[in-house]
Amino acid sequence: MSEPGSSTTRSSPVTPADKISSLDTRLIDTTKTLPTEPKGRTGAARILLGRDAIMIYLLLAFVLYASIAIPRFASPVTVGFLLLDVIPVLLIAMPMTLVIITGEIDLSVASIAGLTSALMGVLWESGLDIGVVLAISLFAGVVAGAFNGFLIAVAGLPSLAVTIGTLALYRGLALVVIGDNAVANFPPGLTAFFTSKIGATGIPTVMIGVVVVALFFGVLLHLTPFGRGLYAIGFSKEAATFVGIRVSRAKFWLYVGTGSVSALAGIYWTLRYSSARSDNASGLELTVIAAVLLGGVSIFGGTGSIPGVIAGVLLIGTINFSLRLERISDVVLIMVTGSLLIASVVAPSVFEALQRWRHGRRMHKTLPQVPASGATSATAPGVQERK
Amino acid sequence: MEALDAMQTESLHAGDGPPRPRLALSGAVKAFGPVVALADGNIDILPGEIHALVGENGAGKSTLVKILAGLYRLDAGEFHVGGQSVSFRSVADSKAAGISVIYQEPTLFPDLTVAENIFIGRQPKGRLGLISRAAMRQAARDLFDQLGVRIDPNRVAEGLSIADQQIIEIAKAISQGATVLVMDEPTAALSGVEVERLFQVARNLRAQSAGILFISHRFDEVFALCDRITVMRDGRYIATHVTSTVTVDAIVHEMVGRDVGALFPKVVAPVGDTVLSVKGLGRAGVFADVTFDVRAGEVVALAGLVGAGRTEVARAVFGIDPYDRGTVEFAGTRLRPHSPKAAIDAGMGFVPEDRRKQGLVMNLSVGRNTALTLRDRVARFGIINGRAERAAAVEWSRRLQVKTTSQEYAVSTLSGGNQQKVVLAKWLATDPKFLIVDEPTRGIDVGTKSEVHRLISDLANRGIAILMISSELPEVLGMADRVIVMHEGRITAELSRAEATPESIMHAATASLERAQ
Repeated sequence: MSEPGSSTTRSSPVTPADKISSLDTRLIDTTKTLPTEPKGRTGAARILLGRDAIMIYLLLAFVLYASIAIPRFASPVTVGFLLLDVIPVLLIAMPMTLVIITGEIDLSVASIAGLTSALMGVLWESGLDIGVVLAISLFAGVVAGAFNGFLIAVAGLPSLAVTIGTLALYRGLALVVIGDNAVANFPPGLTAFFTSKIGATGIPTVMIGVVVVALFFGVLLHLTPFGRGLYAIGFSKEAATFVGIRVSRAKFWLYVGTGSVSALAGIYWTLRYSSARSDNASGLELTVIAAVLLGGVSIFGGTGSIPGVIAGVLLIGTINFSLRLERISDVVLIMVTGSLLIASVVAPSVFEALQRWRHGRRMHKTLPQVPASGATSATAPGVQERK
Repeated sequence: MEALDAMQTESLHAGDGPPRPRLALSGAVKAFGPVVALADGNIDILPGEIHALVGENGAGKSTLVKILAGLYRLDAGEFHVGGQSVSFRSVADSKAAGISVIYQEPTLFPDLTVAENIFIGRQPKGRLGLISRAAMRQAARDLFDQLGVRIDPNRVAEGLSIADQQIIEIAKAISQGATVLVMDEPTAALSGVEVERLFQVARNLRAQSAGILFISHRFDEVFALCDRITVMRDGRYIATHVTSTVTVDAIVHEMVGRDVGALFPKVVAPVGDTVLSVKGLGRAGVFADVTFDVRAGEVVALAGLVGAGRTEVARAVFGIDPYDRGTVEFAGTRLRPHSPKAAIDAGMGFVPEDRRKQGLVMNLSVGRNTALTLRDRVARFGIINGRAERAAAVEWSRRLQVKTTSQEYAVSTLSGGNQQKVVLAKWLATDPKFLIVDEPTRGIDVGTKSEVHRLISDLANRGIAILMISSELPEVLGMADRVIVMHEGRITAELSRAEATPESIMHAATASLERAQ
């Protein structure tokens, strides 16, 4: 800046609205431009009409169908058991969504939950206060996640390889910690709390905590600068770097996120079943990833949303639960989940093709009225004049 | 090797009358859609000559080489090899006709031995149809003797220097019966001794009456090695000279000699304080001792040939890459190295060279791309104000006249020119004090090009300091207040607007320093 006292001193906080209104509008020639969409869809409309909404509608449709077709489905008992079953997947799916959006993966989540569970058992047996036990177990998850994050973000190793490794490593550690034993004598008050319901609704009390976690990751992904950066990283790390997004740092913290939430899931698992074992939650990582992908997150990174993933998790959970109510065997259950997953991966490309076709038609209709690009002038680069 | 014997016999008969060219291309045209890469390509290579091909970036040399190599097919023009009209459909056709291209960085199989690399796919067979390693080794040794070099045929290719790899490629080409060798900037990555050895190999081949096409930006090499020089400019053949009858100055003039008319609406803006001050910046093996200033209101062009280290310097200044020595001062304070965020926060913007990979997140919407640089500014208490974000995107799209039917469409659906406007929009939206523009008009149509030029000029006029990297001389001459020329990672000249001429820039870019003064 050449003169002191310039009107655009960088240090003064300028809100975007102020900034735009204070710009010299005389130089702007809007007559020759195509009408850009005056206002994008706002909050609610974006969610209700967006691509992720499909999952929400599918979920609602299925719940409606199940309520009518399956006699015992529409009851508080069903809601209670369904949600209790779904909570670990729902929890881990939240940070996993963010990880997959950046184009990475974390396969070690279930092992972290198992390790946490094993640790809880051993620490509780050693006579520590339950609060201390919970704190240490949670911290173990943070450390496990940070270790993944270090190898992936700092050392630059591929996340698939690293987390396959830690999947085995953490599960092995769990076995080392607790062996073949199971610890079951947790405080009855606490275990009862973990299966308790809010009044007569059938909704488990711990859902409140789950909602808090979901809100946290939803806000982080959709409403913060950090979240904007994650989408950019998912599509192009290089382009993200060029706009000042700290790619490694973001990835590191995401793995700390999956680690700590996996620990929460491990704690929940242990107290819900009142059983600390080394093989708790084993195989859960695939269920989580399946649900996340079903919820509209692209395995290649860059697309997806928290509401979509919540719908995806609940849809899988509901389908599984209703099939079980109908006494359909687990084999069918797995097959249904698999088919859904494949359908969810195919669906976006169909959707995209449709969108491209629509875009093509719209372009075709509007383009003839556009003046050639060379004919327009660019006299207004819109940078504030310095007095 | 039979091929070389044939060459030698042929050259014995060539004494009477002018020698027949081994390869002749005339009136060659190659276009990609509306872009004409080669408008009039002419070249003839005689047996036993080393023929240089020179020209600026974008003069059409690479296109011509690719036609010779069989990678591109001619749209129009005549192509004769050994007196016969040819039309190559593939690289194999070109090889069969005796043409071999040696690239700057050969790709050998690292785990195979030198001899195996030379004879891959056509190993000499012994009894029982098995590969005879002994015969292969001996053949490789013979080839190296013929070229006058010593490389152990038994060692694996991994870890060989680029110079050795090139020579192995040459040996391979000779063993396949090549009579014309095309060397595309072979010396760019070689040290002095290695260059001399390559020249010796080339001279040996010339003595064995092979024809060599030598492409280089280095005039000292061209004049030391080549018998004739062909100059190209803007996809056209300009002239062919016998080396002994021409000077470097004449060649440079032919390479750049065109009107730099009033195409560029350059307004010389009042120059303010120093915004960016780079001192002694260096990164091992990439650039060294780079010192320059950019002041408010000034357009400083960083000129030089592709690979001179210009983009690398810009990346280091902006914090994308680290640097080993030196400092970058921005508005009087030292900038934290290797942190684009620090650079952006200080008021820098970077319109990168590769729009598709670096400038934009192609799958993200126009609006999100535009607002990506603003993500911190449209947030309050860490939460983004969606309305402000969209308003800013719409506003800046309008200012730069980005043509799109919706802000929600992926930016990949826009034309190249419009994409570049989105890149500019997202940086202008940050209200920068300093903007780096790397090849700002590459690959965009003529109309948008002049819009971009006007824009840059206008920005400077409003007090923004601009560092422009450009390989297009007219753009450099038309836009810049000052021209810094780089050659092989070092600044070789700093020219004022008055001093900057095509010749002075070209001399500095090819490091014939004494002539630039």
